Amino acid sequence: MSGAAKPVEEGLTEQERIEIDAWLTRFPDSAEGKRSAVIPALHIVQHNSGGWLPRARMDAVAEYLELAPTRVYEVATFYGMFDVEPVGRHKVNICTNISCMLRGSNEIVEYAEKKLGIRLGETTSDGRITLKREEECLAACAGAPMMLVDEVYYTELTPEKIDQILDELE
Amino acid sequence: MSAVVENTEKVSIEIDGQTVEVPKGASIIAVADELGIDIPRFCYHSKLSAPANCRMCLVDVEMGGRPVPKPLPACITTVADGMVVRTASERALKAQQGVMEFLLINHPLDCPICDQGGECELQDLALGYGRSVSRFVEGKRVVKDENLGPLIATEMTRCIHCTRCVRFLDEIAGTSELGAMHRGEHTEIGTLVGDGVHSELSGNIIDLCPVGALTSRPYRFTARAWEMTSHAGIAPHDCLGSNVELHQLRGRIKRVVPRDNEAVNECWISDRDRFSYEGAVSENRLLAPLLRDGDQWHEVDWQTALEAVANALRDTVDAHGAEAVGSLISPSATLEEMALHSALMRALGSDNIDTRLQRADFRDATSPQGFPGIETDFSELDNQDTVLLIGSYPRQEQPLLNHRLRKAALAGGHVLAINPCGFDWNFDLSQELIAHVAELPAVLAATARELARKKGLEEPAALSAWQTPSSVSADKIEQLAVVLASDGKKTVLSGALVEGHPAGAELRYLGALIAELSGAAYGALTPGANSAGAWLAGALPDRRPDGSAARGLNAQSMLTNPLKAYLLHGIEPEHDCHDPQLAAQAFAAAEHVIALSSWDTPALREQASILLPLAAFGETAGTFVNANGHWQIFGGVGQPLGEARPGWRVLRVLGNILGTPGFDYEAPDQIHAEVKTRAGDAAVARPSVEQAVAAQRASDGMQRVGMPALYGVDALSRHAPALQATDQAQPAVVLLNPSDAVAQGLTEGGKVSVTQGSASQTFAVHPDERVPAGSFWLAGGLSNTAGLGAMIGSATLVAAGTDA
Ligand code: SF4
Ligand code: FES
Ligand code: FES
Repeated sequence: MSGAAKPVEEGLTEQERIEIDAWLTRFPDSAEGKRSAVIPALHIVQHNSGGWLPRARMDAVAEYLELAPTRVYEVATFYGMFDVEPVGRHKVNICTNISCMLRGSNEIVEYAEKKLGIRLGETTSDGRITLKREEECLAACAGAPMMLVDEVYYTELTPEKIDQILDELE
Repeated sequence: MSAVVENTEKVSIEIDGQTVEVPKGASIIAVADELGIDIPRFCYHSKLSAPANCRMCLVDVEMGGRPVPKPLPACITTVADGMVVRTASERALKAQQGVMEFLLINHPLDCPICDQGGECELQDLALGYGRSVSRFVEGKRVVKDENLGPLIATEMTRCIHCTRCVRFLDEIAGTSELGAMHRGEHTEIGTLVGDGVHSELSGNIIDLCPVGALTSRPYRFTARAWEMTSHAGIAPHDCLGSNVELHQLRGRIKRVVPRDNEAVNECWISDRDRFSYEGAVSENRLLAPLLRDGDQWHEVDWQTALEAVANALRDTVDAHGAEAVGSLISPSATLEEMALHSALMRALGSDNIDTRLQRADFRDATSPQGFPGIETDFSELDNQDTVLLIGSYPRQEQPLLNHRLRKAALAGGHVLAINPCGFDWNFDLSQELIAHVAELPAVLAATARELARKKGLEEPAALSAWQTPSSVSADKIEQLAVVLASDGKKTVLSGALVEGHPAGAELRYLGALIAELSGAAYGALTPGANSAGAWLAGALPDRRPDGSAARGLNAQSMLTNPLKAYLLHGIEPEHDCHDPQLAAQAFAAAEHVIALSSWDTPALREQASILLPLAAFGETAGTFVNANGHWQIFGGVGQPLGEARPGWRVLRVLGNILGTPGFDYEAPDQIHAEVKTRAGDAAVARPSVEQAVAAQRASDGMQRVGMPALYGVDALSRHAPALQATDQAQPAVVLLNPSDAVAQGLTEGGKVSVTQGSASQTFAVHPDERVPAGSFWLAGGLSNTAGLGAMIGSATLVAAGTDA
């Protein structure tokens, strides 16, 4: 999930600016257009900051896109894929929306929580895994119950599969 | 909304059975409001954008004879020809009731312990549209509170997410400090990062919040809305004179809220206007007349005190002549108080009277034509194409006037500034020229020259007296002149930094010249609430109450040539005089210093010989004349604390004891009427450009630049605890150009000692490149700036180590 390099703690790197600029060309050259680039910009920045968005990094995005920081915080807290608190090295998102729920996601959540000794929204004490809270439909209902681990989908989950997948995470 | 309603094109609609012609493009809710038809709403506010997120305003609409399939939100549905609207049909009511039920799902319904109880929009509408028993049996959510600062209390569990507060801070205050964080049922209004809310207009979100989520912290739990009576008042801090309502219980002001006046403050007030009332119930109030006897102070009754005052004045006149007596009066004293002071001084034979305590340069004479003020109507400031600010930061001086300039800028107008320092503007200036304080006259002269050239006008000969400025490039001046020369509605405004500038008379002359050359209106952002009143009442050394000219000593010369007796009214000299140190020296040398004051302070006890307790804000009736020349009258609401008495009464009795003729007023309106008759149709007058003010050599060396801090402008604000707990009232810091900081070996957080004359004080340093080299910014009116020298003037800076 997180970039291999040391997490960036503040400001924007040259590479990040280039990536954000590339996104900006896809939107109208206006204040609204800049606002549209917040989501891709936050993805870029979160990727290089250990999987979460420290305040200084959100502020840097706000400054770069000429927005009030509050407008960026709103976006960062609105979407489940962004985190504004430190997270573990791996983010585990178990879908609990309708299809997955009908196919037993509640039991999967319970199993994972017990196994890791944490509740949804918490991180293991060794900083290895964060169980994300309230994950909505990830558009893989055909393989329900499913989960997203960092950037990889796992479908048709069973407790055995959970053991195997989670145990393999560094 | 107002812009839309001004549309002259009309459409015809039927609303609740009435057929009306309404402006095209107006929203249904705006039309209904005009007609007095109540549509329930939470998120809609006529001065804010309409996100239509609460859904409370759903109404039944029919177009082209066919009902629209679903009820529509009245706040964003615009009227169309032939539209039929039913705001209270069965379908509309059902929709409104449904929305209400949802809004109450997570609301704690804790009205008995909520400050908003009795004046809550949710409570009121729940009464009309809610069910008597809730069908929701599940658990309600609870939201953790965030500390927004000393002015606003929060109870965010009550929030219904209307986002009025968010939109106000975004659209009106321009600070965007609050946001809607998280999503859905987890939505929370807050800052996320815990920075709090610091806008100078923040208190308005208390009024906007339809529920008890945001309430006034100082007022919290001190009264119930229905026990208080409401009285019209005028805010006493700036030359706008915002219209307010004072809420009073058993003779005490409990809180201050805005009173709508589109021509002045619209529906807002600044935090200074809202929370300063606390100063009137401060524990520092002076409660009885005090006489000094050596180092001792004795409480006496009014008769004894006033006789002592009369004797002091008579003795001084007998021994040293009437010219040895002078009055220094707050520019926020009432018109009536100023008129009586003026009459009293003149009866004694002295013309030494002034309210221009912050002024540094008196070379320009008072205009005989009219009073200082703003020629452009406040409401017209919103529509200016170009505004040039000279030596001004109105966000701090007149927060709501700044709001109008912000509107002009957002609408595409050019707001330009020529200042000795950069500031935290809450809108984008089109151009900002920052020059060393001593070069301001040269920058203005260069601008005037360039402007004359652009306009093809002859360059006024007097302009050659100022050299070409070195700190601002010719290009920048040219760009500024281009904007000033273009067509449109234009106003030149001069502010507090002109008032306190050692070459202020030059700046006023040059500012008026720029206005003349560009065809702009002129305005002075005058100090206090009643500088215009001082002119009208003749409380000036060169203008008597009857309008005749005189040659008394002004506020500065009364201190540079010490007098034998001073009469002070409503001032704290260690903060309110342009040069507090000079004032302290003059008072120390005087035989009598008689201070009428609402507060008992160590400095007054040190400097005065007689202290007379003055009624404070809300306790006295009177008039303030604002910078547009509105005579705004207010009544006395609360009972003066202790033995304090309204100024006009004290002065009347003093006049009687002294045998001053004509001092038999029964009520302040008689004094008001007298001044009004004499004033005739006097209006705002701009500084004369007939006679040039000569250029004088500026002083060399390091210069202090400053103006009174946001909550340091007058005694009332300085004694208001909640205002004093804000960030803006924290001890002053020296802002210094990084190059000067390096030269002095100073870094962020280091300490520097500032010396002016014999006074020295140590401050924390903050390097800031917006301050020109060779000068430093140090505000006035703050706890640690008392008693220093001139707010704009020479000073020495010496590094003072890293520890205080
Ligand atoms: S705090 Fe008040 S004004 Fe702000 S969103 Fe909530 S209910 Fe609306
Ligand atoms: S409900 Fe789980 S992926 Fe769609
Ligand atoms: S007032 Fe119309 S949706 Fe809120």
